[in-house]
Amino acid sequence: MKTTSDRLKRDWKDLEGAARNGLLDRRAFLRGGAAFAAAITGYSLAKPAAAEPLADDPWSQVPGANSPPYEKRSRHEEKILRTLSNPNGEPRTQHARSPHHLLNGTFTPNGLHFTINHAGTPDIDPAKHHLVIHGLVKQPLVFTLDTLARYPMVSRMAFVECGGNSAPFFSKEPIQASVQALHGLVSCAEWTGVRLSTLLDETGVDPKAKWFIAEGADAPALSRSVPVKKALDDSMIALYQNGERIMPGNGYPMRLLLPGYEGNMNVKFLRRIKLVDQPGMSYYETRTYTQLLPDGKSLQFNFLQEVKSFITHPSPGLALKGPGLYEISGIAYSGNGRIAKVMVSADGGQSWAQAALQEPVLSKAFTRFRLPWKWNGGPAVLQSRAWDESGDVQPTRAQIIAVRGESKRVPPVTAFPGQHYNGITTWAVDENGEVKHVYA
Amino acid sequence: MFTREFLTCAVVFVFVAVSSAALGQTPSLGKPINPTDIAAWDISVLPDGTGLPPGSGTPAQGASVYVQKCLMCHGVDGKGGPNNALIGNPPLTDRERDPVKTIANYWPYATTIFDFIRRTMPWQQPRSLTNEEVYSLTAYILSLNKLIGENDTMNAETLPKVRMPNRDGFIVRYPDKI
Repeated sequence: MKTTSDRLKRDWKDLEGAARNGLLDRRAFLRGGAAFAAAITGYSLAKPAAAEPLADDPWSQVPGANSPPYEKRSRHEEKILRTLSNPNGEPRTQHARSPHHLLNGTFTPNGLHFTINHAGTPDIDPAKHHLVIHGLVKQPLVFTLDTLARYPMVSRMAFVECGGNSAPFFSKEPIQASVQALHGLVSCAEWTGVRLSTLLDETGVDPKAKWFIAEGADAPALSRSVPVKKALDDSMIALYQNGERIMPGNGYPMRLLLPGYEGNMNVKFLRRIKLVDQPGMSYYETRTYTQLLPDGKSLQFNFLQEVKSFITHPSPGLALKGPGLYEISGIAYSGNGRIAKVMVSADGGQSWAQAALQEPVLSKAFTRFRLPWKWNGGPAVLQSRAWDESGDVQPTRAQIIAVRGESKRVPPVTAFPGQHYNGITTWAVDENGEVKHVYA
Repeated sequence: MFTREFLTCAVVFVFVAVSSAALGQTPSLGKPINPTDIAAWDISVLPDGTGLPPGSGTPAQGASVYVQKCLMCHGVDGKGGPNNALIGNPPLTDRERDPVKTIANYWPYATTIFDFIRRTMPWQQPRSLTNEEVYSLTAYILSLNKLIGENDTMNAETLPKVRMPNRDGFIVRYPDKI
């Protein structure tokens, strides 16, 4: 029986490939020693020339800047930004997409969390904001932020994903764009707030109530209908995002959080919850967030964001710099619960290796997967495929298109020719290390 | 004996405290409010007509409101401008082009038109229209789309009865979650 130190002595060269075209065993990095340190931190792994002699840099020779009251990221990182679909605030929806290819880990920083606002971001005075719960309840009640602060709270990680995320995959040809443009309408944060069921305990619920209508305090008073079943399960009135109060674009001072459910249902700037016996059939739940099928019928109340994964490193814009050892990494998540398994292929889906899942693997939250890969400098076709604990498996693009159809044209990358795409993403790596979006 | 009774009482007391916590004892800080005091916010209209306010409007009345408050974005006669057209009825199964969802070919309930106009329009001044104006605009749009007659009046009785062509065009994706 091998000891831990025996294993640490092993080199990745000793490991058999886990799948063709250079995919290594997922434990290779964990077993490796110092040789792997560089590989984990950077994406350029060309064999380095001998290092220059080391000397103190100017910033090491003087005292640094004062600590600011609110920390800002390094000025060298200021170009890591969301991309905006409507930067001049024309009278239509504004989308801001997360740059997943420039981030790592499992939660999205607050300034880079995606947002979609259908009529701008309201400037809400938290002292004057009210949440009313009424309709089919025993006693209608009004809550303020001050009163909610007295209630028992819970924290949980949860992704929020727009039903229209990854819409470019319905284009008949693959659109050349970054992960940010293709998959930027999903993010993950730790949310803290009061369970909706706690407040419903206080109002009492009439047994006739089957749905509740959630409504925002924004200009369009955006409203969506949600089953009471979800309210009594894991719905939250979220007040905090990654430890600080919710960002304005994410619904300050409070939003509805429905873990695993379509983003638009997680109503922001939440001011009203009305319990009803039938869905409201609002504009957004009958028109915008319904999915038209080729036969002319449409899917409605498509609540779940189903199991999905995509590779963020490498990806378009993150070129490989010479053959050698790389870490393939990406994001997996499911509205059904925990991610059970992620498989990675480097030969377009012919052979697969199991990726390591970064602990903790949390329900309805981002799970980072990683797999070591020895790129030989030849063409490679990278894919990831996720399974969740309910047994659901991420479909191929072909499987989705067979049921849902595809656009007859190549639409702009910001258009929404379809919704709820959770199929496989494929990156082709060429001999120069450039990464392209392809269909396979 | 006294001790034994005391202990029994203590046990019972603990049980009650624990079970009330388990049942979700809350701080009870929500302030009761009368439905009449919620009225200004209570703008939800349900497909069976629940929530529709008193008042009424005709297509002709709606046409004049439209010119003042809607035309700049939605164009002459709802033909579209900087924002979506309000008319048009292309097939949803057109294989040659991406189908467009319109009121006539897609929206399942006429009540949604009233609800959306009242809560969201006009874009720059939402909830500034009177209920009469919202009924009139709803009637005008339905009439432009030939979904009601040009002299039909829309009110809380008539609007929910308008049968939209795509009413049965939807499949509930997760019936077990409702």
